[in-house]
Amino acid sequence: MNLTIGHLYPDLLNLYGDRGNIQCLKKRCEWRDIQAEVVSFEITDEIDFSKLDIVLLGGGSDREQMLVCRRLLEIREDFRAYVEDNGVVIAVCGGYQLLGNYYQTAEGRIEGLGIIDLDTEQGENYRLIDNIILESDLFSMPVVGFENHAGRTNLKNNKPFGRVIYGSGNDGKSGYEGVVYKNVIGTYLHGPLLPKNPQVADYLIEKALERKYREKITLKELPDLEEREANEAMCQRLKGKVSRPQDQMQLG
Amino acid sequence: MRIRRITAITAAKITAKFCRMVGKQGETLAGKVAMMIDPGILTFLAGNVREKIFVVCGTNGKTTTNNLLCSVLEAQGRKVVCNHAGANMLNGCVSTFVLNAKLNGELDADYACIEVDEASTLHIFPYFQPDYMILTNLFRDQLDRYGEIDITMNLLKKAMEMAPKMKIIVNADDALSAFLATESGNPYVTYGIRDRVFEKTPVNEIREGRFCKRCGAKMEYRFYHFSQLGDYHCSSCGFQRPEITYNASEISTKKGLSFRVEENQVRADYRGFYNVYNILAVYAAVREAGLPVENFNELLAGFNPENGRNEQFQIRDTKVILNLAKNPAGFNQNIAAVMEDESLKDLIILINDNAQDGIDVSWLWDVDFERLAEDGINSITVCGKRCLDMRLRLKYADISSAAEPDVEKAIRERIDHGCKNLYVLVNYTGLYASHNILKRMEEQG
Repeated sequence: MNLTIGHLYPDLLNLYGDRGNIQCLKKRCEWRDIQAEVVSFEITDEIDFSKLDIVLLGGGSDREQMLVCRRLLEIREDFRAYVEDNGVVIAVCGGYQLLGNYYQTAEGRIEGLGIIDLDTEQGENYRLIDNIILESDLFSMPVVGFENHAGRTNLKNNKPFGRVIYGSGNDGKSGYEGVVYKNVIGTYLHGPLLPKNPQVADYLIEKALERKYREKITLKELPDLEEREANEAMCQRLKGKVSRPQDQMQLG
Repeated sequence: MRIRRITAITAAKITAKFCRMVGKQGETLAGKVAMMIDPGILTFLAGNVREKIFVVCGTNGKTTTNNLLCSVLEAQGRKVVCNHAGANMLNGCVSTFVLNAKLNGELDADYACIEVDEASTLHIFPYFQPDYMILTNLFRDQLDRYGEIDITMNLLKKAMEMAPKMKIIVNADDALSAFLATESGNPYVTYGIRDRVFEKTPVNEIREGRFCKRCGAKMEYRFYHFSQLGDYHCSSCGFQRPEITYNASEISTKKGLSFRVEENQVRADYRGFYNVYNILAVYAAVREAGLPVENFNELLAGFNPENGRNEQFQIRDTKVILNLAKNPAGFNQNIAAVMEDESLKDLIILINDNAQDGIDVSWLWDVDFERLAEDGINSITVCGKRCLDMRLRLKYADISSAAEPDVEKAIRERIDHGCKNLYVLVNYTGLYASHNILKRMEEQG
């Protein structure tokens, strides 16, 4: 079996170790003798979504996100068709916000792709920065990561990716984090997300294979000792604690 | 006013002494105490400096450059105030001046060499405006504190506006730093490495400055030295690497560093190509200050880093090198320096996630640890609060490692059972502790 992973604009959207996500997906395929090819797209490249099985959209600085946004609007319909056809997408932070309707900042409104009906507004006063732990209906193992975002996302009627056990999540109030829409996961979690959450990586791989080969797929179990211990250590450390990003010294 | 100042100085000195007695560094607290008693003290003491005030900014190389500059000035018989330990925010800066002041309330100094955290420039420059700013480079660092590199650049831009007469001594090879200096309106001079040194540079590195900061177009590079440092130009708006005033040529990294700048052949017993930039920055600063450079090598030889930057220890029959590695660019350079040593070595990597380290460790995935899979590594032990994250990172580079949260245990184990050549790479908050452990072990023999 083989998969093609499309990494969208890594030269612009590469904050916070996002390439660890790609490395993780690739390795976990290889460890199971699934061939995984990674195709990196630059901003001027044409993207043929019909050739892709997993799409990764990362986060960038505000400036770089604007550049990407302009480009994404041009390919919006292709992207939407891919998502509606159950294409697998993992969108992190800025990428997650871009999937929604808009990102409203003090300076103006950045139009999103509108593929998922959610809105993001820049929060006042402080960014939501801390470690984060979620509990997701999709997995028995908790999801751990790191969040760093000014945006507060309103999910409206969508299904969240998980419930917040520690941290702020979508808006710091609702108790939810991220979104799951068809085979799209949108989330604020860096860390990077996938290496310490092999259950999420495997979920994406499984969904992509099922879509491609049109059959039920059960992935071969991997030992994952290092993954589990790193995940577990963070859960233990934050157990029973409360995140207070509003107390941090932060810059404009 | 004088009484107030003397009270502030005395109180700060007592505070610092007390902190040292209980085993804390205490610079920050001493500075805070002094400012509380006399808010005008920093302006007054900075005004006592007879010649020039240098500040050093930039992501990597601040402490080494600043201490080296101080050492070179002292070797010329000048009196210098310097924040050696790298306490580089407002209170650390205050305490540097205050703790060096005499009890009569005056400071006796020819020069001041102050490394300043980029964000703190805005808090410090209202009190005094430096004569020179050395700007070493801008890389990704401690993301959760700064948000993004664009924010850091905006802070420095404002700082330059606050001190319009301050001359910028800037690394021309870094497009981000050079952009700030050349667009600032401040006077500036540059240093750098004009010609290609390495035939091949690693392609996997995450680089900043891929896009022109002036117009947003993709920047073109004729070559890279490392990270984003190299020869760049923008074919859209014409922004390009500025003319290099102090250029290093004939660079060799075999058996220490050597290179030529102007008519001088510089030699230093340091490892790591990145130190060419640190030395070059100091050379430029010394020249700009109008001081002689004929005996520059002797001046350099007097410098012995004692702050965990490439610091050497001999513990029984094991040679230990301790170095700070706190962000991807620094780590990649450290790994390159470790791999320059062709003999077999053990490696300890300590990763903490305290506030000063940055509580987000995702940057570990932007470091090219893959290079450690090459020959010559006997073992890798991972330590610190985030050792399990580090072990996982190495797993995805196909490298196995042992986890031992306690760095002292890890060092002892490697001294007893290792290959007698040990490198210890630590991020920020591990540095002080590791330094003390190694120092103690060296003394005990």
